[in-house]
Amino acid sequence: MIKGTVLINSENCKGCELCIVACSQESLSLSQKINLRGYRYVELSQDNCTGCTNCAIVCPDSAITVYRQSKQNYKKAV
Amino acid sequence: MSQEILLEDMQCVYQKPATLTDDYMHYCPGCGHAVAHKILMEVVQEMGIQEDVIGVAPVGCSVFAYNYMNIDMQEAAHGRASAVATGIKRVLPEKYVFSYQGDGDLAAIGTAETIHTINRGENILMVFINNGIYGMTGGQMAPTSLFGQITSTSPYGRDVEHNGYPLKITELIAHLPGAFYVTRQAVHTPNTVRKFKKALRNAFEFQKLKKGTCFIEVVSNCPSGWKMTPKETLTYIEEKMLPEYPLGDLKVPAQNNI
Repeated sequence: MIKGTVLINSENCKGCELCIVACSQESLSLSQKINLRGYRYVELSQDNCTGCTNCAIVCPDSAITVYRQSKQNYKKAV
Repeated sequence: MSQEILLEDMQCVYQKPATLTDDYMHYCPGCGHAVAHKILMEVVQEMGIQEDVIGVAPVGCSVFAYNYMNIDMQEAAHGRASAVATGIKRVLPEKYVFSYQGDGDLAAIGTAETIHTINRGENILMVFINNGIYGMTGGQMAPTSLFGQITSTSPYGRDVEHNGYPLKITELIAHLPGAFYVTRQAVHTPNTVRKFKKALRNAFEFQKLKKGTCFIEVVSNCPSGWKMTPKETLTYIEEKMLPEYPLGDLKVPAQNNI
């Protein structure tokens, strides 16, 4: 499976959990820590992200950047 | 540190559009306005028309839209965004002009301006965010509120005898000959957001061809006004809003007309 990962800007995250609902791999979860504005933010908790961008598309605060393995790299790895 | 090493053989596939400013949005957690802003700016970035777009901000929660969208914008009086957009488009016909309005703005105080702008077939795009409530002023009943919806001015639920029926302004204006492209979209799931993006792209393309008014209604949420968590608003939209406001195109141009 092609691997992906997300970088979350925890200071912009408001913890609305819409990305957690949108994620089909259930790889996101709400952190126990809070950010400077007092919101619990989202973090990547499992290493099964496929880089499908669903979480970033529904994120109201554009806090998620998605990276994905390119197809050439994927073939090399296989 | 481990993540940085991991990123080396990966490529960025999605990031915040450069046409959005770095300001922290004032919207409540989970608000559909912010998603609509982001998608609108993504389309502007993809079409490469940042220099040529002029937006008109409304009065309502999205009154500060000009702080977040890195394009030329103008603030209008309550409900008059479509009238202001008309003026801008007539003076600068080569620019892309859109108005961005909520339901209290477009469907309540601005009904006359909305209907007459579309009846004149002004060559603009109108984005209408419908969340069935007045969000900014504290969750009062809007014309688009649903039957039995509890708001701060209808604490026992909206009642037809006193308050009438939910106003389906999109169906109303779809019959006008000046309307070229009328559609209803939503922003609560990734798929609906993708469809909304396509609709926006189509609308800007039609505006380039000078075809007439394009109107996009967006069924959105209001976690604070509805007194729900953002997660609960998703089920509320699916179960209550969408049966009343079904998604889809209400008026699409015939193939030979494009």
